[in-house]
Amino acid sequence: MAHTDQAEPTRRDFLYIATGAMGAVGAGAVAWPFIDQMNPDASALALASIEVDVSAVEEGQSVTVQWRGKPVFIRYRTAAEIETANAVPVEDLPDPLARNANLAADAPATDGNRGAEGKEQWLVQVGICTHLGCVPLGDAGDFGGWFCPCHGSHYDTAGRIRKGPAPENLLIPPYAFVEDSKIKIG
Amino acid sequence: MAGHSEYVPQSAAAKWLESRLPVISLVRGSFVDFPTPKNLNYWWTFGGILFFVLISQIITGIVLVMHYTPSTAAAFNSVEHIMRDVNFGWLLRYLHSNGASMFFIAVYIHIFRGLYYGSYKAPREISWILGVIIFLIMMATAFMGYVLPWGQMSFWGATVITNLFGALPVIGETIVTWLWGGFAVDNPTLNRFFSLHYLLPFMIFGVVILHVWAFHTTGNNNPTGVHPKSKQDTIPFHPYYTVKDAFAIVVFMILFAWFVFYSPNYMGHPDNYIEANPLVTPAHIVPEWYFLPFYAILRAVPDKLGGVLLMFGAIAVLFILPWLDTSKVRSGAYRPLFKQFFWIFAVNAVALGYLGAMPAEGIYVILSRICTAYYFAHFLLILPLLGFLERPTPLPASISEAVLKDGGSGSPAGAVSAPQTK
Repeated sequence: MAHTDQAEPTRRDFLYIATGAMGAVGAGAVAWPFIDQMNPDASALALASIEVDVSAVEEGQSVTVQWRGKPVFIRYRTAAEIETANAVPVEDLPDPLARNANLAADAPATDGNRGAEGKEQWLVQVGICTHLGCVPLGDAGDFGGWFCPCHGSHYDTAGRIRKGPAPENLLIPPYAFVEDSKIKIG
Repeated sequence: MAGHSEYVPQSAAAKWLESRLPVISLVRGSFVDFPTPKNLNYWWTFGGILFFVLISQIITGIVLVMHYTPSTAAAFNSVEHIMRDVNFGWLLRYLHSNGASMFFIAVYIHIFRGLYYGSYKAPREISWILGVIIFLIMMATAFMGYVLPWGQMSFWGATVITNLFGALPVIGETIVTWLWGGFAVDNPTLNRFFSLHYLLPFMIFGVVILHVWAFHTTGNNNPTGVHPKSKQDTIPFHPYYTVKDAFAIVVFMILFAWFVFYSPNYMGHPDNYIEANPLVTPAHIVPEWYFLPFYAILRAVPDKLGGVLLMFGAIAVLFILPWLDTSKVRSGAYRPLFKQFFWIFAVNAVALGYLGAMPAEGIYVILSRICTAYYFAHFLLILPLLGFLERPTPLPASISEAVLKDGGSGSPAGAVSAPQTK
């Protein structure tokens, strides 16, 4: 089976490559179930949406509910909080995107884009710091919003990152008001 | 390894076995007749100590699994059940949890010994790299083990560490979801961590065999860094180093037992006696002490991806260390400048550990940045330059010369009594 430089590929070369390629495809096909079994299973995917009645929440109060195993903060913001959030120019924000799953991905992080139209007093956001996943504390931090105790990220009254290592604003989950005081998340 | 054996089977049974599977000569060649430099000091006993701790962790771990339940509903209570109801359960659990800390105490001393005496240099690069791999698997094992009691620190430690992978661009989120098996750390995460926590120690065991095989092929390093030149420079591993290692292990056991019996929770964290709550993060979360230097590096960078890359880089730099140190002299005992930088590096590493335990604010952040910069400078600037700038002191002609010359640098503290009888 000595090959010289000018030797034409033989039928045997073809068989080697074809066998090797089939073997690789087969190994990949066998490996995939062992890798994919670690992805979220049907029962985890099934817990997709919840409905929350917020009629008992007074102005200036927050509630935390669990959605897909994650905390979701629902806050009835005061007029002063909305005003403070509106006073900040978007270009001054570390993350200029709204991160609102109900809007386009490139929507700017204005206070209006952080809430639902006509329901600006309600701020609904996933209560997980976008740095490394801790739950930030409410009514805390240098900007009167949330503060993450793990690595010191400060969020403002619209849940936007202002200071610290977190790269993104708190995420707004997909949600809608099904009634005046009932929110469907997911 | 087997090549060092002088064993000739005598009995018929031994001859029969040797001609089919030469296991007797393999063991004798590796751990009985193996020619070992006669000047190894007590810093060299930490390899044996680590092997002891690994076996101890595996045995206590196997026994704990007989009583533990890996499910978010039952895990926390089953650990309390081990502590309160299982016969000697408190002892087994404290041996296992403190054993993890002992493992890291011993491994850090072992690593610093290698750094000081240049054990990473040619021809022992493979042994060093295998050691770094063991260190990485150890960290993964310890991290997953800490999640199993399902306390507050377990849960939030798992959340923060798995989220590190989320910093990767594009694929980050997919990987994190895959690691979790859901949209947050939950029951699937606990179950897979339990499975892997049981697997990884056996992988460590396998890599340890390779690690030992590699430096048994090149021969041990020694405090002078000079290769044995004649039979006068070595002594058989048994009985000289079996006894020395055994003595060191017993002394180490005293420290181990002191923690287990008198201060079993000293190195733990009280928040882990609160059951995991996915809605509340403890006010001050810190990893176990042995991760603190790396945690300080993570937090020193005001950028998510940058912090993660630097933290992994702090370990990755160890892989290329054999090629960063340009000095021809192996042992730090003959390198006057290196010696000073070595101790600055050691103090810097401890300082990083301290800063990792402090809150990430004010002066601590600034100090963390300085120490992180120095950590990398040591490997990437100081070690490459020292090889050119430093004038080493003269090396001894042989190990025997260094040992017999009274008080010579690099002369061992304990092994001088080893006779030249061989």
